[in-house]
Amino acid sequence: MSVTTAPVRPSAESVSFTAARLPRFAPALVGVVAAAAAGLPVLLLGWGVVAWAIVAGLVFLVALPLWARVVEGSRGATDRLVTGLVWAACIVAIVPLVSLLYTVVDRGLPRISSTFLTYSMYRTSLDQEVGIYHALIGTLLITLFAALISVPIGVMAAIYLIEYGKGKRLARWITFLVDVMTGIPSIVAGLFAFALFILLFGPSTRVGIGGSVALSLLMIPIVVRSTEEMLRLVPSELREAAYALGVPKWRTIVKVVLPTALGGIVTGVTLSIARVVGETAPLLLIAGLTTRTNFNVFDGRMTTLPVLIYTQNANPGIAETAGGIRPGIEIAWGGALVLIVIVMVLNLAARIIGKIFAPKTGH
Amino acid sequence: MAKSITVDSLDIYYGDFLAVEGVTMTIKARSVTAFIGPSGCGKSTFLRSLNRMHEVIPGARVEGKVMVDGQSLYDAAVDPVAVRRQIGMVFQRPNPFPTMSIYDNVLAGNRLNAKKMKRAEADDIVERSLKGANLWNEVKDRLNKPGMGLSGGQQQRLCIARAIAVEPQVLLMDEPCSALDPISTSAIEDLIHELKTEYTIVIVTHNMQQAARVSDETGFFNLKAAGQPGHLVEFNSTQKMFANPDNESTEAYISGRFG
Amino acid sequence: MATTVVADDTGRAKPRLGDTIFSRLALAAGIIILVALAGVFIFLTIEGAPGLVKPASFYGSASTFAGYVAPLLFGTVLAAIIALVVAVPLSWGIALVVSHYAPKRVATPIAYVIDLLAAVPSVVFGLWGITVLAPKLSPVYQWLEEHAGWVPFFAGPASTTGRTILTAGLVLAIMIIPIITAISREVFSQTPRLHEEAALALGATRWEMLRLAVFPYARSGMVSAVMLGLGRALGETMAVAMVLSAGGGISFNLISNTNPASIASNIASNYREGTPGKIQVLIATGLVLFLVTFLVNFAARWVVTRNERKLAR
Repeated sequence: MSVTTAPVRPSAESVSFTAARLPRFAPALVGVVAAAAAGLPVLLLGWGVVAWAIVAGLVFLVALPLWARVVEGSRGATDRLVTGLVWAACIVAIVPLVSLLYTVVDRGLPRISSTFLTYSMYRTSLDQEVGIYHALIGTLLITLFAALISVPIGVMAAIYLIEYGKGKRLARWITFLVDVMTGIPSIVAGLFAFALFILLFGPSTRVGIGGSVALSLLMIPIVVRSTEEMLRLVPSELREAAYALGVPKWRTIVKVVLPTALGGIVTGVTLSIARVVGETAPLLLIAGLTTRTNFNVFDGRMTTLPVLIYTQNANPGIAETAGGIRPGIEIAWGGALVLIVIVMVLNLAARIIGKIFAPKTGH
Repeated sequence: MAKSITVDSLDIYYGDFLAVEGVTMTIKARSVTAFIGPSGCGKSTFLRSLNRMHEVIPGARVEGKVMVDGQSLYDAAVDPVAVRRQIGMVFQRPNPFPTMSIYDNVLAGNRLNAKKMKRAEADDIVERSLKGANLWNEVKDRLNKPGMGLSGGQQQRLCIARAIAVEPQVLLMDEPCSALDPISTSAIEDLIHELKTEYTIVIVTHNMQQAARVSDETGFFNLKAAGQPGHLVEFNSTQKMFANPDNESTEAYISGRFG
Repeated sequence: MATTVVADDTGRAKPRLGDTIFSRLALAAGIIILVALAGVFIFLTIEGAPGLVKPASFYGSASTFAGYVAPLLFGTVLAAIIALVVAVPLSWGIALVVSHYAPKRVATPIAYVIDLLAAVPSVVFGLWGITVLAPKLSPVYQWLEEHAGWVPFFAGPASTTGRTILTAGLVLAIMIIPIITAISREVFSQTPRLHEEAALALGATRWEMLRLAVFPYARSGMVSAVMLGLGRALGETMAVAMVLSAGGGISFNLISNTNPASIASNIASNYREGTPGKIQVLIATGLVLFLVTFLVNFAARWVVTRNERKLAR
C-alpha cells in the first residue's frame, strides 16, 4: 500500500491497489521445504514417520508466517499463522479416527466368519468354536425394548411440549429437565436401573429389561429433542387448515402433523438408537454377563456386544501359542468391528431416511 | 345450503388486548360479503372469529354474539369443531397437506373425521368438489400426484375444493388471492362468482377492485386511532360503498387518500 | 341440511373423548419424564445414602466416605481437564475450518467425518486406547521423564504400559471433540453475514474478521460447548476404565502409574466384586458424579439462555 509521496503534480495523486503479497505458490513451496528439512534429522537420527510429520508441520507453521512477516507485515503473518493452525487442528483430529477405523478393520476382519456370527460362547467341549451370537441377540433385544419404551414416551412428550404445553410452567420444567437428562452420565443411568431393580427384585437381580430401562433414560431426551424440532417445523397453516375443516385437535396431530414430520422423527429415533447401541457401562451393571443366548429380556442375564468387548478384553485368556494373540482380544476386535458396522449402518440409514421423507415442497 | 350470519356487538381480544370492538352486522345468505380496510385493522381477526378459528391462538377470546341459523356460536354448549365443519375457511396462502395426494387432499375433511365411505361415494365427492372449484379438468389425470406439485393458483383452488367437500354452510376466505398471480386471481374470482349461488361467502381482501368486482356487500374496517382497537366503520351494498359511501373516511380510503 | 352445532343439552360443550384421551396421554408422557428424573435422584439416594456412613473397612485405605471419594473426584476432574485442554483448541479449529476456511465441498466431508467420530462407541475408543495409543505414547513418556522431569506433571517414573491418566485424558479428548465442534460450528456459522462483511469492508484480514465479528457474537455458544464437552468427559466411563491402570491417590504426576481412577471407571471396575454394602458405597459415589455433571450442564444451559435473552432484546 503505497501512496506516492513525492508528487510532481499534487492534484493527481495516484492510489495503488497492490500491496506486497507472497506468491500464490508460497504455501506449497514452504510445505515442500519443510518436508525436506524435517527429512534430514529423520535420516540422520532414524526417527519414525510420525516424528517426521510433526517436525515438518512445525517447520511449516513457523516458516510460512516468518516469510509472510518479512513480505506482508505482521497482520498478514498472523493471518497465515492462524490459517495454518486451524488446518493443522483439523488434520490432527482426523488422524486418530483414521487410525481407529484402520485398526478395527485390520484386527477385526480376520476374526469375522459365519461361526463367529452364529455361535454363542457357551460350549460343551473345549475345542468347540465360539462366537458373538448371544451378544448380538442381547444387543438387539435390549435396544429394541429400550426403543419400545422411549419412542412413545419421547414422541408424546414432544407433542405435549409443542401442541399442548406452550407457555405453561409444567412445559418449561419438562424442557429444562430434558436438558438435564441429556447430560446424565451413562453409568448413572445404569446405577439408577440397578438401584431400582435390586430394590424391587432383590440384590442379585441381573435382567435384560433393566438394561432397556437404563438405555431409555439416555434415549428419551434425544427422541424428545429431535421430535420437538421436527414438530416445530410443521407450518401452523397446516394445523389451521385441518381445524377449519372441522377436524378435532387430536386427529389433526395424528393425521396431519405427525405424518408431515415423520421423516425427521424417524431420523431422530434412528440416531438415538445408534447412540445407545454402543453403550457399555449401564449394561455392565444391570444386564450382567452370560455365555448363553437368552431370548427373554424379562428373565436372566443378557450379554450385549459392548459388554462382551469390554469383558473379553479384560479377561483375554491364554494364547494357544506363546506370543500369539490371546483369544479374548481377537473376539473383542471382531466384536468391535461388528459394533462399528452396526452403528455406521444406523447412522447412514438415519441420513437416508431423512432425505427420503424430507418435507416435499413440490415445485 | 346456505345460512346467514348475524353479529351483535362483538369484541375480540388477544389476552387483555382488545383487537376489534363493537362489530354489529348481518351477512346475507347466498351472497358475497367483502371486508376491506388498512393493514392491522382487524378484518382477518373478525373473519376468524366467525368460525371460532380465532381461539386457536392461546389467550384469544371474544365477547358478544355471533348467530348462525338461530344459534349462538359462542354458547357454552357449542363445540368449536362442529362449528368449523359448517363454516369452512380458505387461507391467505394455499396450504394443501404435503403428505397427501390431490385426491386425498379433497377428501381430507371427511377422511380426517374418520367418516367411512364407499369408494364410489368418495370418487363422487372428489369429482364434484374439484368441478365446483374449477380444477377438475386440470387435475383429473393426476389425482394421485401430491397436492404440493400444483401451481400456486391450482393449490388455492384445491384448498377451496377441500373446503367445499365437507359441504359447509358458509365459506370464509382470508385474502385468498394475495399470494397469487393475476391470472390465477381472476380464476378464483370467477369461481367465487359461481360459488355464491350455493354458499354464503365472506371474503377479506386488500384489493379494492377485487371487492368491487366480486362482492354484493362491503364492510370497511379501520382503526379508531393508532393503538386503538379496530372497528367497523361502514357496512353497505358494494355499489353504494364505491359510488357514494355514507362515511367520509370510507370515501377517503376507497379513493386512495390513505391506507 | 340442518345445522347442528350443539353437542348436547347439558349446557356445556362436551369435550371430545379423543381429544381428552390424547392430551392426557401427552401430558402423562411429559410427567413420566419428570418422574423418571426424580426417580434417578430418589433411588440413588435410597441405595446410596447408607454408603455414606459405613464402617471404615468399606472405604479401602481411606476411613471416611469423603476420603474415599476425594481421590476419585480428583481423578475424574483431572482426566476431564486434560481432555478439555487438548480438545478445545482442536475443536474450535475444526469448527472454523468447516464454517469459515474450507470451501463447501471440503467442509461437508470434514463435518461428516467428525460426526462419524461422534458415532464410535466408547468401548471401541477404550480398546483402541489400550492397544494402539498407550504403547505409542509409552516411549514419549520415557522421553518426557528424561528431558522434562523437572516439570511436576512429568516427574515419573514413567509408566511402561502407557496406561496413564494422560493417555486416558487424550482418549477422552478425542471423544469430546465432536461435541464441542458441532456446537461451535453452529454458532460460528450463525454469525450475521452483515457483521462479517462490515469487518471485511474495513480491510480486515480473515483472522481479524473472526476476532472482530465472529468471536464476540459466538462467545457464549463457545463457552457452553466447552461446558457440555466437560460434562461428557466427566461422566465417560468405559474409555477411562479400560485405558487407565489406576492405583494411588491425588497426584499431578501425569505419566506414572500412580493415578486415581475416575468415579465412573471406579464403579465399572469394582461393582462386580462388590458386596451389597460395597455397592452402596459405589452408588453413593455415583450420586456425587450425578450432582457434579448436573451442575456443569446446568451452568452450560444457563450461559446459553442468558445469552439468548440478551440477543432477543
